[in-house]
Amino acid sequence: MRLIIRDDTEQVAEYMASYIRARINQFAPTADRPFVMGLPTGSSPVPVYRKLVEYHRAGTLSFKHVVTFNMDEYVGLPRDHPESYHSFMWHHLFRHVDIPPSQVNILDGNAKDLNQECQAYEEKIKAAGGIEFFLGGIGPDGHIAFNEPGSSLASRTRPKTLAYETILANARFFGGDISKVPKLALTVGVGTVMDAREVAVIITGQHKAIALAKCIEEGVNHMWTVSAIQTHPSAVVVCDEDATAELHVKTVKYFKSIEKVHEELVGKENMDLQGRVHGSIRRGGYEE
Amino acid sequence: MATASASTRGQTVQIYNCRVLRDGQIFDDDYLWMRDGRLLNPQHCFWTERCEPDERINAHGLLVTPGLIDVQINGAFGVDFSADFEAMRAGGVTRAAQGLLRQGCTAFCPTLVSSAPEVYRQALCYLGPREGNLQNGAAILGTHLEGPFIAHEKKGAHDPQVLQSSVTGVADLEAIYGPIQAGGTGNIVTVAPELPGMLDCMKALAERGVVVSLGHTTARIAIAEQAIRHGARFVTHLFNAMGEFHHRDPAIMGLLGSVDLPRPYYGLIADGFHAHPCAVRIAYSAHPKGVVLVTDAMAALGLPQGTYTLGDMRVEMTEDAVYVAGTHTLAGSAISLAECVRRFRKFTNCSVVEAIEAATLHPAKLLGIEAQKGTLQHGADADLCFFDEQLRVQRVFIHGEPVDHIES
Repeated sequence: MRLIIRDDTEQVAEYMASYIRARINQFAPTADRPFVMGLPTGSSPVPVYRKLVEYHRAGTLSFKHVVTFNMDEYVGLPRDHPESYHSFMWHHLFRHVDIPPSQVNILDGNAKDLNQECQAYEEKIKAAGGIEFFLGGIGPDGHIAFNEPGSSLASRTRPKTLAYETILANARFFGGDISKVPKLALTVGVGTVMDAREVAVIITGQHKAIALAKCIEEGVNHMWTVSAIQTHPSAVVVCDEDATAELHVKTVKYFKSIEKVHEELVGKENMDLQGRVHGSIRRGGYEE
Repeated sequence: MATASASTRGQTVQIYNCRVLRDGQIFDDDYLWMRDGRLLNPQHCFWTERCEPDERINAHGLLVTPGLIDVQINGAFGVDFSADFEAMRAGGVTRAAQGLLRQGCTAFCPTLVSSAPEVYRQALCYLGPREGNLQNGAAILGTHLEGPFIAHEKKGAHDPQVLQSSVTGVADLEAIYGPIQAGGTGNIVTVAPELPGMLDCMKALAERGVVVSLGHTTARIAIAEQAIRHGARFVTHLFNAMGEFHHRDPAIMGLLGSVDLPRPYYGLIADGFHAHPCAVRIAYSAHPKGVVLVTDAMAALGLPQGTYTLGDMRVEMTEDAVYVAGTHTLAGSAISLAECVRRFRKFTNCSVVEAIEAATLHPAKLLGIEAQKGTLQHGADADLCFFDEQLRVQRVFIHGEPVDHIES
């Protein structure tokens, strides 16, 4: 796992968005071989989406051959409700870019049979060839998607009861009326996310500092579901300085030094985008 | 400015890179989707229909608002709706409606001044309600009948010979106008409530869905309040042709301060001549949600300065006001509704949203058509105005089609 630390949310967004652009463009997707992405909602991805839209408008990024799978959606909320994740994705990304609507997938929280909807979603991901790149954010309790603390790390897409804390926190979006807040959501499982060939997680803000520390410094634990990325072969966490507040100084220094070594000693030309060293080092600090 | 090709049936058109006035707010970096002359719910297109726009139109960052609505306009582009029957027979109404369209006005109520029955019989043939589109020009939302059931003392530029001094029922009105119908002939009827028998008559009109407006009246506050209780919902060109404001008896203006009664909408000619800018601001401050900007324009609107005919009267058009020839009596104005919006904003220092809504949402609500017009809600008519920062009209769409030769 790599940890990329940037000064603030703006720089985190810049890094993440330009990384996504580089990945998509390097993949050179076509109609027959689209780039399949997993996408999150929430406050941390908003600046990333804003950057992606900027790139699209500048003509350096196209979504023509990108297929997306969103992580989750509330149960029973009308699709056009301003708080639905359909509305969120429409508002922040889809309406601004050239993605064909047929290539966008979001769980239907109003499906008649919720279990069947979830199972069909898993099958759709499989049929698309699996997810190449899963972008995620986390909650202050370390949850990814709606995999609240205690969720199985092997979980698949399913209906999930929201934690009482989440329901309380959401009340502000529903006129402060708890009775109007959805209590259930459909969500991809931790296992679904971990099946992606690459997982990237954005973590910003001091309120997520404990979650970051729990997820990367302690053991893999279902009470901090993002900690599952420790076992993923190609994972990156991008955070801001604020989010490092609970990390050991040693941890921060270690990950910063790795980035430095990669850039200054090994040389970018010898690394791939995911930070892996090429089989044969062409030149670099070692030879000089 | 080059216009997009006319959209064909079933085509989905997206306007992008625009600022949109919706729900009383301006949304930056927004979009409008339309098809077959209606605004669409873009999320429905995307998620349910899974459709993409067939055509995309760049708004270049302009502010997109509903088309402007004028509920009091006596004529335009050389056509006097109360007099020029020959011209109207030869397509004059369409000429005026197309001219209004180029100025950003996408719907209007042709207004007839106090006239003899013969005039109504002839004029109304040409002024029936009709859809707005590129062929017709601005939509006609039914006529506004201003008089002749008004006060002699407040006749303004109206012909005293034809005024009626009392009424026994709606039949008396129909004897003059012909059949009255909400949405058609007499969509708005301006009357003086103090005329004997008028209060009961107003009630009957209101029950038919007609917008009863108070104007050309000597009524003091007591009668004005009675009028509201009898169904009046509008005031015709506030301040003009009505009893003056007095703090112990504020007359019609007092209705803007009502607490127990519903406050009426009120028309304002915000040209700076028909009412002093300070008076405009006082009215706006008293009842900002009630203001309906009107041009009260006469046939000279859209024409160069000179002498013209209003009804049977000779009038003189100066730079931006029209007087009864040889007098200082105002006889209507000749500035566009968009210009009224700009001046209203300048006089009151109100927000852009408030200024635009005074000529879009408010008149639509007055007429009860706010689901179709005066709004950019999904399902509404795709009648649009594109404004620049100075609120000059840059582009106009009617029924989803771009209008050529805009007069900003």
